[in-house]
Amino acid sequence: MTTKLFGEPVQRREDPRLLTGQGRYLDDLGPGALAAAFVRSPHAHARIRDIDVSGALDVEGLVAIYTWEDLPGRAGQPLPLLIPHPALTHGRTAYPLAKDVVRHVGEPVVMVVARDRYLAEDACALIEVDYEFLKPVVGVEEALRSGNLVHEDVPDNVGAHMVQEVPSADGRGAAEAIEAAPYSLEFRLDIERSASMPLEGRGVYARWDADDHSLRVYSSTQTSTSVRMAIAATLGLPLPKVEVIAPDVGGGFGVKIMHPWPEEILVPWAAITLGREVKWTEDRREHFISSAHERAQVQQVKVGFDGEGHVLGLDVTILHDHGAYTPYGIIVPIITSTQLLGPYRIGAYRVEFSSVYTNTVQVTPYRGAGRPQGVFCMERTMDHISRHLGLDRAAVRAANFIQPDEFPYDQGMIFQDGRPLIYDSGDYPESLRMLKELIDWDGFPARKAEAAARGRRLGIGIGCYVEGTGVGPYEGGHVQVTSDGRVHVSTGLTSQGQGHETVFAQIAASELGVPLERVSVVTGDTRRFGYAVGTFASRAAVMSGNAIALACRKVREKALRIAADALEADPRDLSITDGVVHVAGDPRASIPLATVAVLSNPLRYAFDEEAKRATQFAGGGSADRPPIEEGDEPGLEGREYYSPIRSTFASGMHAAIVETDPDTAEITILRYAVVHDCGNLINPMIVEGQIHGGVAQGVGGALYERMVYDQHGQLLNASFMDFLMPYVTEVPAVETAHLETPSPLNPLGIKGAGEAGVIPVSAVIASAVEDAEDFPIDRMPLSPSELFDLRSRHGTG
Amino acid sequence: MKPPPFDYHAPRDLGEALAVLAETGEHGKVLAGGQSLIPLLNMRLAAPGHLVDINRIDPLDTLTATAEGVTVGALARHSRVERSSEAAAAQPLLRQALRLVAHPVIRNRGTVVGSLVHADPAAEMPAVLALLGGSVRLARADGPAREVAAADFFTGPLESALRPGELAVSAFFPALPPRSGTAFREFARRHGDYALAGIAALVTLDEAGAVGAVKVACIGVGATPIVLDLTGVEPDAVAHAVRGRIEPEADIHASADYRRHLAGVLAARAVDEANGEARRAFDHAGR
Ligand SMILES: Cc1cc2nc3c(=O)[nH]c(=O)nc-3n(C[C@H](O)[C@H](O)[C@H](O)COP(=O)(O)OP(=O)(O)OC[C@H]3O[C@@H](n4cnc5c(N)ncnc54)[C@H](O)[C@@H]3O)c2cc1C
Repeated sequence: MTTKLFGEPVQRREDPRLLTGQGRYLDDLGPGALAAAFVRSPHAHARIRDIDVSGALDVEGLVAIYTWEDLPGRAGQPLPLLIPHPALTHGRTAYPLAKDVVRHVGEPVVMVVARDRYLAEDACALIEVDYEFLKPVVGVEEALRSGNLVHEDVPDNVGAHMVQEVPSADGRGAAEAIEAAPYSLEFRLDIERSASMPLEGRGVYARWDADDHSLRVYSSTQTSTSVRMAIAATLGLPLPKVEVIAPDVGGGFGVKIMHPWPEEILVPWAAITLGREVKWTEDRREHFISSAHERAQVQQVKVGFDGEGHVLGLDVTILHDHGAYTPYGIIVPIITSTQLLGPYRIGAYRVEFSSVYTNTVQVTPYRGAGRPQGVFCMERTMDHISRHLGLDRAAVRAANFIQPDEFPYDQGMIFQDGRPLIYDSGDYPESLRMLKELIDWDGFPARKAEAAARGRRLGIGIGCYVEGTGVGPYEGGHVQVTSDGRVHVSTGLTSQGQGHETVFAQIAASELGVPLERVSVVTGDTRRFGYAVGTFASRAAVMSGNAIALACRKVREKALRIAADALEADPRDLSITDGVVHVAGDPRASIPLATVAVLSNPLRYAFDEEAKRATQFAGGGSADRPPIEEGDEPGLEGREYYSPIRSTFASGMHAAIVETDPDTAEITILRYAVVHDCGNLINPMIVEGQIHGGVAQGVGGALYERMVYDQHGQLLNASFMDFLMPYVTEVPAVETAHLETPSPLNPLGIKGAGEAGVIPVSAVIASAVEDAEDFPIDRMPLSPSELFDLRSRHGTG
Repeated sequence: MKPPPFDYHAPRDLGEALAVLAETGEHGKVLAGGQSLIPLLNMRLAAPGHLVDINRIDPLDTLTATAEGVTVGALARHSRVERSSEAAAAQPLLRQALRLVAHPVIRNRGTVVGSLVHADPAAEMPAVLALLGGSVRLARADGPAREVAAADFFTGPLESALRPGELAVSAFFPALPPRSGTAFREFARRHGDYALAGIAALVTLDEAGAVGAVKVACIGVGATPIVLDLTGVEPDAVAHAVRGRIEPEADIHASADYRRHLAGVLAARAVDEANGEARRAFDHAGR
């Protein structure tokens, strides 16, 4: 590997396109397509008595109006439950269009297709749906208590109930260990809803070729391959006749890994039915009330510990708000339950969760996917212990760390990939040392006292996490060197702006020894690569990155074999630099990769000057052997898959210094420091960008964002005016340091980085505000109004 | 999020605009900077049959500062007024307040007069007009223009004295009196958002340099800007005095108690700052 690109802070190749308005997002496509719009339920819970479309029929430009009754066969069935699990005894999913009961505000009831979106919305406004009100269920505790049911056949609104228990080394259960511990504490924690909230909402654009009987669908999705299979299966189309392409996607953060969305079935179906191009672009209000939220949990914690802060027993009971449906299964509470353990080796652990239905937007993974809640729980616990014992918060954490020589470390649970929760590598004491240095942890008490003398309130907080990344089952990579020397890389998973084009090109260029500019990367296009899982769980670099590296290695091996033949050299003496194969020790003996590509494909017809070298009278090859050896293929290309035995575990620690205004209760983040370990860094600049973005979302979840439902199930803040996503002015500068403990599980030694930044932020800010205010912070997000209220309650206002 | 159907009018002069407004009556809506109206239309919270776009009427794009005060034409954008040093010299509160109105890109389109007519209870410019005792000039096709004093102009949340058929052609903000200072303090959740609470303050010293008159206007704590005369209130009693005279309501961002508390904090800070400004003006004049 002479062209060293792996590990370099290469500038993002997608930025000139994306930053100068040349991206092709869903709504940029199909300018002539018909537009779809939806009549959505204005009620949280109601039975549909009648739908009267007559008022809309005169709208000029109206093309079609569809209700559930129009949907044929499987399209009229409930949407798939993507991840079944034995504990999800009462999984429920919605119909693409509501059948008879609507279960949250925003559920689609009627689809309208018209010449443009304006007219489609005009028609929607004229359709009258007669509803019989049913009692809404809002809030998890209310769901268990009230007796009202979201689904008639789901008792107590409990969709899933799961208990996992890991006894201590000496065989005690959690209850027993807590009982026996020198100290114990009990407390309750609350986390509210937030959402992925990508700036580009969802969107689907479908074209039906009636002559060819083929369908092309563009969707703003995180998984084009799976959307394709869902469409083919639901609409009864042969898979080879369906193509799904994810164009540039303006953010996903999890909400677009959910699929198939109703619109991903309905828009293609309408395109086929009408024989016209149809497009639907989600608007912001629709995104708020019709896509997915996450985060809301109520946690009851019991912990037993000794005088040094070692956790001897931990018992957590979680009420998880799942909203109205469970299409993505119970992945989020499973992740909370398992990732709660963080970098710690604790005594006995018992975790129990109930996944509860409410008449609100469904819950599916949002960046972090249950981890922010788990980390909030564990880190609040660490702070509670420190406070109780009067010990330094960092020291209590350190006392519980898994040590570097304990890897691989088995936490004794089953992770979200159905595999054992075994950490592959890490160095938590070193991370903590780096973090304390970065934020000047030890110097803070003096700084705090000095500020206090001037009437200012400062606080410092800390939070640690471990993140299982790169979950399977697999991803693939395809690499082709064409006779012009260009390298074409494709992988099936999709991109939402993370920088895949850059890092995958870095990997390919490094592996093949070609200049970066010669590599092009295509993601999320089923025409190029049909097998894939998708982009989520910080898995793209680990999964596709390794698959691409393996494919490159295959191509490289073949290139060296062909070049060795042509140069009459030993393949072991060859190297590739700048796209040219060289013989070691003989500077004149070389052959460009482009020529190798020509030679790799024996030709009958010379389509250009270069190609002549591969034709039958050019004199290459032995007359005794077939032009393509058995087991070989024409062309310089390779396809490989990477399928890990289990996830790889990245980790990190964050610290923040906050100031709280004694008068206004304003909370300002003065410093924010991150130590991050995702194994070998492919591109440190991109990793930092991912961390910055994650922290920004974390700050949103900690101080600004919540979904305010009233008791009727109306979302009161369904716009950017009242849902306070932080602006750049609210996000602190993020100071980062990297630790690299390579993963032993994959060829590149990498771990995922995509979600890291968001995971511990609520825990860190709570820790810091608690330090500043000197009373417990057990609920996030925290607004100035709530802090004011807490001060009054604690008598410190 | 597409507006319901409407007829669009783009008059070239004031007369034509007034004629269209007269004709369309209560079905007509003026479109100025569009920063408040367009979102309302897109969310279908407003459905006027006719939009009367005044952006082509150049004579409305005026800004004049005299010794009496500053007259802002209907098409003067927030940013123009904010940047005008003549306006700031005549009435510094204008710039102090405008810096807190939304973000620069919004100030580049949004108009001061539009902001007054829109009458958001948390908006800054209505408070400025109310505190200073300014006025809005309303023109109509079938009669003479009328000048409505701030005290009569803001009639409720998002409600003003503007009648169907009328166009607000300008607003008048009285100049800073001698020996006076102003300040605007507010608290918003995010930079540039409408404030949870805010206070505009005007302090005037008497000829001996003692505090003469103190007035504040509160935003975000009532249906309209609330003007309070705090003359004679000791500095450390300002917060308390304000808290006792407002009845804020809770919403999803803040409790009523917090808003009341905040208004007090901000009032103390604003009055203190305005007092400092007044003192500077007094010292300056004395020299
Ligand atoms: C993200 C965002 C944040 C904002 N934050 C703030 C803030 O912090 N503080 C603040 O004060 N404002 C804020 N605004 C609103 C902004 O100041 C608007 O510009 C202002 O409220 C309205 O001015 P406009 O010219 O855009 O009016 P338009 O939106 O065009 O019109 C608003 C209303 O006034 C009427 N109208 C406008 N001009 C006239 C006229 N000459 N005669 C009669 N009727 C008229 C219209 O018919 C309409 O009903 C914000 C806006 C946005 C989008």
